[in-house]
Amino acid sequence: MMAVISPLKQSADTHARNPGMALDLDVLDRIRVNKSAVERRASTLSGRRSVKKTHQAAWLLKAVTSIDLTTLSGDDTAGRVKRLCAKARQPVRADILDAAGMENRKITTGAVCVYHSMIETAVEALDGSGIPVAAVSTGFPAGLNPFDLRVKEIEASVAAGAKEIDIVITRGHVLTGNWRALYEEVKAFRAACGEAHLKAILGTGDIVTLRNVAKASMVAMMAGADFIKTSTGKEGVNATLPVTLVMIRMIRQYLEMTGHKIGYKPAGGISTAKDVLAYQIMMKEELGNDWLQPDLFRIGASSLLGDIERQLEHHVTGRYSADFRHPMA
Amino acid sequence: MSIAEIFDQMSYGPAPEGDGPARDWLAAHKGRFDLFIGGKWVKPKSGKWFDTHNPARDEKLAGIAAADAADIDAAVKAARKAQKDWQAIGGKARAKYLYALARAVQRHARLFAVLETLDNGKPVRETRDIDIPLVARHFYHHAGWAQLQESELKGFEPMGVIGQIIPWNFPLLMLAWKIAPAIAAGNTVVLKPAEYTSLTALLLAEICEGVGLPAGVVNIVTGDGTAGDALARHEGIDKIAFTGSTEVGRHIREVTAGQGKHLTLELGGKSPFIVFDDADLDSTVEGVVDAIWFNQGQVCCAGSRLLVQEGIAEAMIKKLKARMETLRIGDPLDKSVDMGAIVSPQQLKTITSLVEKGTKEGAELWQPSWATPKEGCFYPPTLFTNVAPAATIAQVEIFGPVIVVLTFRTPEEAVKIANNTRYGLAASVWSENINLALDVAPKLDCGVVWINSTNQFDAACGFGGTRESGYGREGGFEGMMEVLKPAFLSKLPEIKPLEKAPKAKESAITAAGIDRTAKLYIGGKQARPDSGYSLPVYSTAGEKIGEVGDGNRKDIRNAVEAARKATGWTSASAHGRAQVLYYIAENLDARAEEFAKRLQHLTGVSAKSAAREVEATISRLFTYGAWADKYESTIHSPPMRGVTLAMKEAIGTIGIACPDEAPLLSLISLIAPAIAMGNRTVVIASERFPLLATDFYQVLETSDVPGGVVNIVTGARDALTKTLAEHDDVKSLWYFGPRPGSKLVEAASAGNMKRTWVNNGRARDWFDDAESEGPEFLRQATQIKNIWIPYGD
Repeated sequence: MMAVISPLKQSADTHARNPGMALDLDVLDRIRVNKSAVERRASTLSGRRSVKKTHQAAWLLKAVTSIDLTTLSGDDTAGRVKRLCAKARQPVRADILDAAGMENRKITTGAVCVYHSMIETAVEALDGSGIPVAAVSTGFPAGLNPFDLRVKEIEASVAAGAKEIDIVITRGHVLTGNWRALYEEVKAFRAACGEAHLKAILGTGDIVTLRNVAKASMVAMMAGADFIKTSTGKEGVNATLPVTLVMIRMIRQYLEMTGHKIGYKPAGGISTAKDVLAYQIMMKEELGNDWLQPDLFRIGASSLLGDIERQLEHHVTGRYSADFRHPMA
Repeated sequence: MSIAEIFDQMSYGPAPEGDGPARDWLAAHKGRFDLFIGGKWVKPKSGKWFDTHNPARDEKLAGIAAADAADIDAAVKAARKAQKDWQAIGGKARAKYLYALARAVQRHARLFAVLETLDNGKPVRETRDIDIPLVARHFYHHAGWAQLQESELKGFEPMGVIGQIIPWNFPLLMLAWKIAPAIAAGNTVVLKPAEYTSLTALLLAEICEGVGLPAGVVNIVTGDGTAGDALARHEGIDKIAFTGSTEVGRHIREVTAGQGKHLTLELGGKSPFIVFDDADLDSTVEGVVDAIWFNQGQVCCAGSRLLVQEGIAEAMIKKLKARMETLRIGDPLDKSVDMGAIVSPQQLKTITSLVEKGTKEGAELWQPSWATPKEGCFYPPTLFTNVAPAATIAQVEIFGPVIVVLTFRTPEEAVKIANNTRYGLAASVWSENINLALDVAPKLDCGVVWINSTNQFDAACGFGGTRESGYGREGGFEGMMEVLKPAFLSKLPEIKPLEKAPKAKESAITAAGIDRTAKLYIGGKQARPDSGYSLPVYSTAGEKIGEVGDGNRKDIRNAVEAARKATGWTSASAHGRAQVLYYIAENLDARAEEFAKRLQHLTGVSAKSAAREVEATISRLFTYGAWADKYESTIHSPPMRGVTLAMKEAIGTIGIACPDEAPLLSLISLIAPAIAMGNRTVVIASERFPLLATDFYQVLETSDVPGGVVNIVTGARDALTKTLAEHDDVKSLWYFGPRPGSKLVEAASAGNMKRTWVNNGRARDWFDDAESEGPEFLRQATQIKNIWIPYGD
């Protein structure tokens, strides 16, 4: 009966890194975003696709591999970070993976995301797991430290072993339309990253309008960002589906312009399995399956994993689960 | 598939909505349904049942009773019997029933949704998320109108018994659109569902029973077109509300002509979807999906003509094709499909053959690479490029998932192409420039415009078309006006025929002074009649008072052409039009004595009566001078961030056939509201007393009325009226004369489905302000366009 559907493309394991391009203000001038229409698409999409049962379990496991398991608190300690890293290595209980037939898939989270001072602890704790350490940087979360210190912070984090650097942009550049300044800033950060991948945090809650979000996304990609990321998790409003739609449409446009694939990372506010499925559906519909893989899709979250674990256990046992049944981070 | 396999492929799995409860419901009825008449389930007198199918697979769902004319008659009688009491219990009591219906629909929402999907083939996502919630909303909204009727709709009464014929594309939603306002207002209804899709209407009949709706208020008679035809023709019905094809709508107009039935017609469309180069293209692509692949394109207001500004056409088409590749078609009960089944094999055939024709005529066809299900009635989303405006597929309503692309260079050209159609239902306009969007929307000749959106519906907003898309509005206050009538109407007396003009005592004109030749008045100029003949005008006393031109077809043609050109009047400011109306009044006042004498002399009324008529006429001009800038557009508040602007627009050219009673006052009572609202008029003067109209053009000439706004033709009223009624460039026709003329107008109007307003042989008291001036006239002089303006940044 079901005669569906679009041919499935296998995910490319690797893709060439975004070299960036010259700032093209004409491209920015032509960007149009209609908020109501974007919201309509975002709000109806999860009603258009349904991922249930076995498929849901598989999709949620895929989501686990995309999580940047994160702790970014003033009270972070080495002990706390080690626990987090242990959880990143074994995010789902082994018996559940066994029951799902996924025991040999080496399910880990996509990365562990910490402040600079915790990088070395995390690198050590993750040794041999292949899980990269991501560090927030450049005066996270406000990003208003002296410019040279922000650059140096990146260099220090890379030296400490971070493979991914989550930089914050100067939101004021967006709010004042100073696209060249934004471009130069991100470009400098990218240079400082060297081999480490750069995730550009736009602070979407701060830059407010979807047009700003679209333009900032485009400038960050032109400046060489490997990922664009919504927010710090510290703003009033963090990742939302409409913001996501706008950002990933920009990723699509950049791909059409340059042939380079840029990753996407929503952060903050994604706390349930149901939430994350809506994001995955949107990624698949707008960008395709490649953007469901951890090399192009990450989720910045701390409490999401717990809900996914409960859903997975429910899938395996048929009984609703409780949080204390799953090892904490 | 194992979790590991899915993990690698990240595919969608089947996500079927269970149809168990719906099938249980069918089984509980042993797969056969009777008619719901007078609160009872009765077997059809024909003794016949027909099958209803699930178009997604070749499967019979149930037997449906085939009503014949005798069943229709029984249903109409039951409705008639119930109507008085239903009206008498009052709006507040009716509100409770409508509220109960809304709640009951919500309680059984999933059963309705699944049943609709089984019967119609549309995706359950749509029935679940769109159709059924809108149904509940419609009953809620109209429970509100019932509650407020006595305070907010004073002076109106229900029409009586309403016959309703609905289509198969939104079976339950169209039922709600028809039934909710009708019964809220105190009417009772006989509703005939579409032959393909009766099941949800039958379930709703059970719901009506369940909430204790009085017997006979809602009657559901199932059947094919012959049952619909019997309903349309039935003499015991006060109004027909029809949604369906223009072809059937035209037939209904013809067979109901002269029956005194009110008519609301929601017909076909070929709606433009206009994309300017400053639109958000990615969002626009989703708009196209919602415009033409919603309900498989089987939507009267589907955006089926994609008009794209040339500079972005290539980019737009590329994006659209990419999007089409990710559409999913399949089992409509699957929660992950975008498109379900076409309603029937016949409809599938129609679509297929029109698409073949499109290809044959040279358009370029594009369909996505994936395969369409072999079993069941499925058709893939289809895009035609390289389409000429003259191509069949660019003109004809396909009623399927097929969109044609046309390009334009300028906003003016976009409007021109958009309006290059017989239809006038809806339009979408996509631009991030509010100046452009709000400039274009009023220029589109249609009933609904969606700015940066499409296929939005709400109970508070009127929906309906113009041109061959029909007339009347459903939803909101506009819709309530289609199920109510001014309370005085049913009490109006029949027109007393005037005595025939007596034979002249002598053939010489008796008026003193220099000979005057009354001419026709066309395009702001006095014109001799094309025929070269004149007709005598006699007073009631039998004197020959003068002669007027014997107008003919060509004079009407010239007058309509002049009216067509006078578009400046329509775009002039309301304040400007008001000034002209006051100026006419001023100039008529200056010649009051002369007009009074003429009235006295011609119609034989007393000097006092004549003076009173002139005075009333001047007052009426003042009234419409006053109204010109006060009959304002309203704002609806549908549940969205934005507004819906219910814009009261001029209709265009209105033909007006004037009565003989109070010949000056009635003439102005009809012209003044029409021109106050910005229409241009072609006026057929009173046949018996035409000199008032020909005298009046001299007042027009001195009052800054632009040429072509009022055109006056004298002569044989009904012959001239017929020409006007048949004229395709006349958008509305008002007729006030003897009863047969009303039939003539209604029958002849079917050509271009123009709006009509006829007196059904009844006489108004033109001196009575309650009957002869005000909002009723202004409503007839305007059409409402609902412009949806979502906003936000």
